[in-house]
Amino acid sequence: MNTPDLAKLIFGRLSLEAIPYHEPILLATFAGVAIGGIALLAIITKYKLWGYLWKEWFTSIDHKKIGIMYMVLGIVMLLRGFADALMMRAQQAIAFNGNPGFLPPHHYDQIFTAHGVIMIFFVAMPLVTGLMNYVVPLQIGARDVAFPFLNNFSFWMTVAGGLLVMASLFVGEFARTGWLAYPPLSGLAQSPDVGVDYYIWSLQVAGVGTTLSGINLIATIVKMRAPGMTMMKMPVFTWTSLCTNVLIVAAFPVLTAVLVLLALDRYAGTNFFTNDFGGNAMMYVNLIWIWGHPEVYILVLPVFGVFSEVVSTFSQKRLFGYASMVYATVVITVLSYLVWLHHFFTMGSGASVNSFFGITTMIISIPTGAKIFNWLFTMYRGRIQFDVPMLWTVGFMVTFVIGGMTGVMLAVPPADFLLHNSLFLIAHFHNVIIGGVVFGLFAGINYWFPKAFGFRLDPFWGKCSFWFWLVGFYVAFMPLYVLGFMGVTRRMNHFEDPSLQIWFQIAAVGAGLIALGIGSFLVQIYVSIKNKDKLRDVTGDPWHGRTLEWATSSPPPEYNFAFTPVIHEADAWWDMKERNATRRTEGYLPIHMPKNTAAGVIIAGFAFVFGFAMIWHMFLVAGLAFLGLLVSAITHTFNYKRDYYIPADVVERTETARTEELAAHV
Amino acid sequence: MKMLRGLLIPALALLLSGCDAVLFSPSGDIARQQRDLIFISVVLMLIIIVPVIFLILLFAWKYRAGSKAAEQDYDPDWNHSTVLELIVWSAPLLIIIALGAITWTSTHKLDPYRPLDQVAQNRPVAEGVKPLVVEVVALDWKWLFLYPEQGIATVNEMAAPVDRPIEFRITASNVMNAFFVPSLAGMIYAMPGMETKLNAVMNKTGDFEGISANYSGAGFSDMRFRFHSLSEGDFDAWVAKAKAEGTALSREDYLKLEQPSEREPVHYYGNVAAGLYNAILNRCVESNRMCANDMMALDKAGGQGIVGTYNVTSLDAPTRSRLGIADDGRRYVGALCAARGATGEAMTPAGRPL
Repeated sequence: MNTPDLAKLIFGRLSLEAIPYHEPILLATFAGVAIGGIALLAIITKYKLWGYLWKEWFTSIDHKKIGIMYMVLGIVMLLRGFADALMMRAQQAIAFNGNPGFLPPHHYDQIFTAHGVIMIFFVAMPLVTGLMNYVVPLQIGARDVAFPFLNNFSFWMTVAGGLLVMASLFVGEFARTGWLAYPPLSGLAQSPDVGVDYYIWSLQVAGVGTTLSGINLIATIVKMRAPGMTMMKMPVFTWTSLCTNVLIVAAFPVLTAVLVLLALDRYAGTNFFTNDFGGNAMMYVNLIWIWGHPEVYILVLPVFGVFSEVVSTFSQKRLFGYASMVYATVVITVLSYLVWLHHFFTMGSGASVNSFFGITTMIISIPTGAKIFNWLFTMYRGRIQFDVPMLWTVGFMVTFVIGGMTGVMLAVPPADFLLHNSLFLIAHFHNVIIGGVVFGLFAGINYWFPKAFGFRLDPFWGKCSFWFWLVGFYVAFMPLYVLGFMGVTRRMNHFEDPSLQIWFQIAAVGAGLIALGIGSFLVQIYVSIKNKDKLRDVTGDPWHGRTLEWATSSPPPEYNFAFTPVIHEADAWWDMKERNATRRTEGYLPIHMPKNTAAGVIIAGFAFVFGFAMIWHMFLVAGLAFLGLLVSAITHTFNYKRDYYIPADVVERTETARTEELAAHV
Repeated sequence: MKMLRGLLIPALALLLSGCDAVLFSPSGDIARQQRDLIFISVVLMLIIIVPVIFLILLFAWKYRAGSKAAEQDYDPDWNHSTVLELIVWSAPLLIIIALGAITWTSTHKLDPYRPLDQVAQNRPVAEGVKPLVVEVVALDWKWLFLYPEQGIATVNEMAAPVDRPIEFRITASNVMNAFFVPSLAGMIYAMPGMETKLNAVMNKTGDFEGISANYSGAGFSDMRFRFHSLSEGDFDAWVAKAKAEGTALSREDYLKLEQPSEREPVHYYGNVAAGLYNAILNRCVESNRMCANDMMALDKAGGQGIVGTYNVTSLDAPTRSRLGIADDGRRYVGALCAARGATGEAMTPAGRPL
């Protein structure tokens, strides 16, 4: 301790040892990523796309472009998270009769942890946020979100968090604790290496983005609705987005706080969750689920909104029970805070506490059931067109009902004592997350893609994707329900009872089918881009939509609407069409718009470096990065060139082109 | 046809094998009641789920664009019906009221802390029968069972007389696990520094499997044990065998046993250090360490103030090397007046070995 070790100050505990070159699977993955990455960079450089990407996308504060970037991030991370899933299914299908499988616990335990973290935080969250970002301002007739720069910054913070998780693959390792990192296992004594630190900092960095984006969308929905759009005339997707963002703003600070406490335990020697010195791990478990349960609804509420839009559009009918749909959403929002303890009935709470949380959990199924009925009666007396989004919706309704039933089974505490932590539980939450969230996201992507790009997605490959996913889901997860009844617990690396193997093999086949579903989706995008002229939609309203986003062109101009629309009905665009409202084509005014900025990329870049440096105890670097972060944030506040006007004649030219296009089409 | 049969028969056989899954054919009364609850809740929910799924498929088919119903009944503005909305909200509500009532009563009746009042359906616990107490400690990555009445302890194997209520007192040494014998009763967490309880009874003799049902690190998958349900006589013989074959379990032995290990073979201890379970639970197996219950009593009385924060110690290096423990000397709160060394050896008041 006499002379400060400069190398240690700079590199912390990072050394060449941290690169897992002795793990063949990781090495091959790294080679793949490196070659793919270099190829991608080479293509971008060859076609001189760097300037375009930087100017038009990375620094863009247009909510539509940020929405699309969120979707791209979610889909890329889906591939990573799903690769983990395939490895887990393969491992469990072969690790019988003394065969240790191909993944030793040290590697396998990282994979199931990473799978959960990635799928929730870096797949479902970006996809849901992306849809809300893209659609909400259009649905309420706004020109952008309330805080356009904040939106860009939120996105890049999410990217930085995702990059940290990805970095753990090739530098060091990820947590071996399960996706919620319960202490004492995640404590310093039990997990001294960098895995849990990767977990903490990636979630902290991404969490900043999520919280800010929640604030942003609440402000947008509350303050920026078009004149006439009262709360009870908002589209249902906007309603569910509002409730979701309220949940985000109320729940994510709890996650941030609990991870701060865990980080203090690991970095500063405090004892919040340790075994000794008065720490208590149960406190962590309570806090993380006070965030964790609302998180489930953060994911599922927006897709409930998607289904509401889709079912009414494709049944060509007004949504049944709009008011009760809204109340159901609000009730779910409130109740989602009163159920967290059902995640640990088995932790020894008294019977009255357990029953209270069991019953509140069941109560949530009442508004959820009402929603299902409302979609059902929207179909009743409709003219249902089975385009791809509607297929996903019907698939969802049937699948989600089953998931809801198994959820209520788990909500009965004595029954939960048998099923807790079992593969039945795994099957249940995949049933609601795949059958609910994922199906909803695919419905939403197929539904709004023509709005974002001006052409539809290829229906043939869309249907392939749907059927592979649907059948694959049942083949992959029904066996897990059965295994749960056989008393098989989650996160097992290998098994003794040979009679279980056949179920795991069936589940692995199911995972293969889902892989085909994901493959079909990628092919669908490729084929659609190739055939985009054939799939072109010039009307801006390919599905005979009902809400405002279909009133503008596809893709919408950067200012969304040349004239702010005036709203008389919940289904505003349908109402305009019914009244034969005509597009106004004169009297354009200059439009006030926000300007692009690089500040989001820069600040998030510093946040990434800060997180990485903290993980490796590179405290000098961490200090500098934090300083850089502060300075660049403060500098940005002095940037007064934040807005500009689109001149009236530019607006006029754009709108005239659209008028001609519409005329040529009709 | 033949091919179909070739596919159908294995599929059916597979489904049937799923039907005698352990949770559906339990051997203990608590697990049986918990299973019955699963059945009851499923049936209650199917009352609403089956019609809903049927209606979804029916409406999707009936009102598809181009069908007769879609042409005749199409009503794009129909969006409200008070009667339907009442049904939509009240039907699930009624089911949940029923299920909620069942939940409240069954959760209290099957509270794992509650002493049993029956060994099986219509067979109340006989008067004067006391439950067998088994103290369970989840270690990294094995199970330790202590029998205070019998004065024995076992690793990765336990036994109990059939039809006699068992009271498990459960804790852990280091990380969270869950104690789970699927044929006997539902699981309960095993947590360091805390005690959970489980009251249960086994109604059939036999050899059953027990597992840890909460992921606890690298050796978790092999953290299994056998549960032998024996007749009264066989149980006594099993205890006698453990006494005869078993070695002693002193505090030193426990500190060695506590070190992480995987696939630990079954072994018996015929003689267990007094108060060991309480010392494990209160995290004071090392003699120079303050017990958590003492610490709490002290804190309740006002605590030690700032001085208390310096009262920190650990197993010293010589003791660690003597026990063969690779531990890095984890620190803990020291005993207030330790007249003994870390593993209980006699010391002079100045802290030197005698």
